[in-house]
Amino acid sequence: MSEATAASTSGPGKATANAPDAALEQLLAPRADWRGVVRVGLLGGVVALYLCLVGIVPTFDPRALVAGIISLGDTAILGTGLAIGFLASLRSPDGPRRAIGAGALAGALAGAMLTLFVILGSIVDLRAVALHASPATYDILTFGLGVAGSWIPTVAMGLAGAVAGGIAVLPKRVREPIILGLMSLLVVGLFAGVIRTPMLASPLTSALGRFLFASEGLTVAGAIATLVAVVGGQALSRRLGVRQRVREMPETRRRRMRMPFLVLGVLFVLWLPQGVGSFFAQVVAVVTLYVLMGFGLNITLGLAGLLDLGFVAFFAVGAYTVGLLTATGEFGIAGWPFWAAIPFAVLLAMLFGAFLGLPILGIRGDYLAIATLGFGEIIRILAGSDLMKPLLGGPRGITSIPKPIEVSPDSFLAGPLQIYYIALACAVVVAFVAVRLRDSRLGRAWVAIREDEDVAEAMGINLVQTKLLAYMLGAAFAGLGGAIFATLLGAIISSSINLYVSINVAAIIIVGGMGSIPGVVLGSIFLIGVPELFREFSEYRFLFYGVALMAMMIYRPEGILPSGITKRELHASDAVQPAGPTAAPMTETGR
Amino acid sequence: MHVRLADRLTDLSIASFLWAFRIGVVLVVVVGSYLTLASGKYAAETWVNLIVTGLTLGSIYALVALGYTMVYGILRMINFAHGEIFMCGAFAGYFAAVALNQIGFLNASWVTSLVSIGIMILVAAAFSTLLAVLLERIAYRPLRNAPRLIPLISAIGASFFLQYTIRGWLGPGIYAYPDVTVLSQQVPIAFIRLRWIDVLVVTSALSMMAGLYFFVMRTKIGTAIRAVSEDKATAALMGIDVNRAIVTTFAVGAAMAGAAGVLFGLMFRQINFFSGFEPGLKAFTAAVLGGIGNVPGAMLGGLFLGQIESVGPTLFLDGLNVPSPSGLAKAIAFIMLVLILVFRPSGILGERISGQRA
Repeated sequence: MSEATAASTSGPGKATANAPDAALEQLLAPRADWRGVVRVGLLGGVVALYLCLVGIVPTFDPRALVAGIISLGDTAILGTGLAIGFLASLRSPDGPRRAIGAGALAGALAGAMLTLFVILGSIVDLRAVALHASPATYDILTFGLGVAGSWIPTVAMGLAGAVAGGIAVLPKRVREPIILGLMSLLVVGLFAGVIRTPMLASPLTSALGRFLFASEGLTVAGAIATLVAVVGGQALSRRLGVRQRVREMPETRRRRMRMPFLVLGVLFVLWLPQGVGSFFAQVVAVVTLYVLMGFGLNITLGLAGLLDLGFVAFFAVGAYTVGLLTATGEFGIAGWPFWAAIPFAVLLAMLFGAFLGLPILGIRGDYLAIATLGFGEIIRILAGSDLMKPLLGGPRGITSIPKPIEVSPDSFLAGPLQIYYIALACAVVVAFVAVRLRDSRLGRAWVAIREDEDVAEAMGINLVQTKLLAYMLGAAFAGLGGAIFATLLGAIISSSINLYVSINVAAIIIVGGMGSIPGVVLGSIFLIGVPELFREFSEYRFLFYGVALMAMMIYRPEGILPSGITKRELHASDAVQPAGPTAAPMTETGR
Repeated sequence: MHVRLADRLTDLSIASFLWAFRIGVVLVVVVGSYLTLASGKYAAETWVNLIVTGLTLGSIYALVALGYTMVYGILRMINFAHGEIFMCGAFAGYFAAVALNQIGFLNASWVTSLVSIGIMILVAAAFSTLLAVLLERIAYRPLRNAPRLIPLISAIGASFFLQYTIRGWLGPGIYAYPDVTVLSQQVPIAFIRLRWIDVLVVTSALSMMAGLYFFVMRTKIGTAIRAVSEDKATAALMGIDVNRAIVTTFAVGAAMAGAAGVLFGLMFRQINFFSGFEPGLKAFTAAVLGGIGNVPGAMLGGLFLGQIESVGPTLFLDGLNVPSPSGLAKAIAFIMLVLILVFRPSGILGERISGQRA
């Protein structure tokens, strides 16, 4: 949010060959004047106020980042202050002292808006028009002092801004470790509970776990240890020139050096759900499921460029097929084992893909997205309707779907764990299929269609056939995901079939990087894993999706970890043609 | 030769598949309607009431559809967040109504009620306009020359952003519009169940649409909007401020959506953060139905969709013994959406923009 607004006011920048960096430069464009500083401060104040009013600050507040010292709510406010100070210092006239002053000024301006908010809130009860303009929020902002402490946000934000301004003018080799250290503090603090559980389980590490982590968040010692470890590690690796040396290594040796890390990574992935307790195991299983479905949609969206917002339709087909064929309860019709049902689920989802895809694949891209969205909604309404109730159970759904492998409850495959391994295995297979397809003749045809349908057709590619294949493959993998999902929950109810399944998968790919496998994994961890783990985040999950989708499209349409091809394509035109034909009037009146 | 034969066969099978699809739809409609009417289960009164509901619903869809159609006409972009603009307008109108109710103005007499509704509509229109202009500036303008899917994805993001901002700001609960007593009274006409709210919605929607038509066809800025829709570059060469035309389009569309939000709130009495999604999607259907980019088309499409949704489930499905057909009303709107996109993407009146240039 802050980035989007800040950059849009910084005026039109010239796109250059490597646009991600250019976009960043445009964002950070140091225009040395105090008006820019003030503008950053005011915009930052709007952002901070937004964070309070929308409830992020009060909702995040109960969770501690460093136990007893700083909560996640404080972090949100102070983080905004730091960001404001950093951005403001880049706009300040040169000189380190002025940079700090600029940071402090901008931070204090933003804080002043919070101060005004607290004072206004003490005079008028704003709760009728804003749920979170409540004493609880004011108490967070003033450390419980009420109106008497209304000066606190101004001073605190000013300090944060000054600190950030100070960091910004440090030499790069000092600045980067500090920023990295603060970020890892945030990540480690957030995941403290997840890391602590397995540490406590083993007598070797339980003392260390208790030393570093509180039941929620880091202990003070843990926070210092994290900072020291990260900053020190950075400094050490810089001193020894690790990166330099790796870069200078011959390719074969580098590959050999990568092997142990790869093996460690595989072992970690296999061990992951074992150590972290059943709740986290469930989350990890869901994340893996989304990775699997992300790989599937990646073929449709990432390779063939068909924005499918009705992914949930095929997910539903897979889930209900497995439910009907394997359930031992009321609606089960066959009582088959999971392994016999799954090929049917996938095949049926694929057929469904053909059935729905045939009529719509001729229409143009944006209409296709809306039409698929319509399909998803139709399936959702049908699944919950009275019409299908005798068959699918309506809102109560199909229950008592057995697990794929019957094991005793204390076995290492009990509960969500076996689903995790099945999903993982399927994801690996799907990833393999996707990579091989991408490099095949068909894959190149998909990419050609995505780039330019008319040219692709002129080259002899049958548009409908090729698109249909992509759509059907995506549908098949969605069906597989749905099938596994049904066994994970042990039931399939109509409310599981909703638009958000489609939006989740699409957001994973768009944010992670279209056509890129690491991108899908990263996207799933952040967009699915974090909200599933933390209730606070799940409240604001779709708010975050919204901001992420807009910000990605504006600054980095290829995603965070894009595949090489997509990156080149999306920025190929930048190098040739700095601005489109209609960009001219925009630059004149755009400001 | 072999390959071409296979291609021909696929194309043929696709064509026959599509025809089977069309015939199936027509069969359901014709057989269903015949069976329902032949069963004589419903009196004429019921049908008239359904038509009245459809007309009211359709006027609201039409108002929202105008925003989709105008923005698509000028930018070739589906403004997915338009439904959320509508919802935010409904909330702005809600707060205005609560304030007016607190000072006792809302229900003092029928004159103050009418004035209050006018104020609510103005507040909602102003708020929606402000939002839409900000949205255009932040989320759409930087993407004006990007490939088509990119602004669509940004618009989807904007839609979620607005929805969940309202959810965070006001909570997920349902907000009930204050009661305007005049509106729920019956219009004294023989056997038809017609309330003043229906009259209000239809007349205000129709007059707003007439105003918009005048605005687009007769005023200078309206002409500029049409010129930019036709050809951006040439319009710019003719000295038209392209940005201003685009922003005005967003603003006018949003004002209509905001007003529609108030009418929606007055009619259904309950709104929450998700209230914009379905009406938005349906209004988009209406816009495509009438031929996207076509202003009279959007009005016609809205009214038509309102009828289909209101009368359709009972008429088509009841005769086929489908249980509780009104539960499938939403699905009918979406089926309509898919059908129109598949079989006649240029809509009833035809698009004002051809597929090639779009």
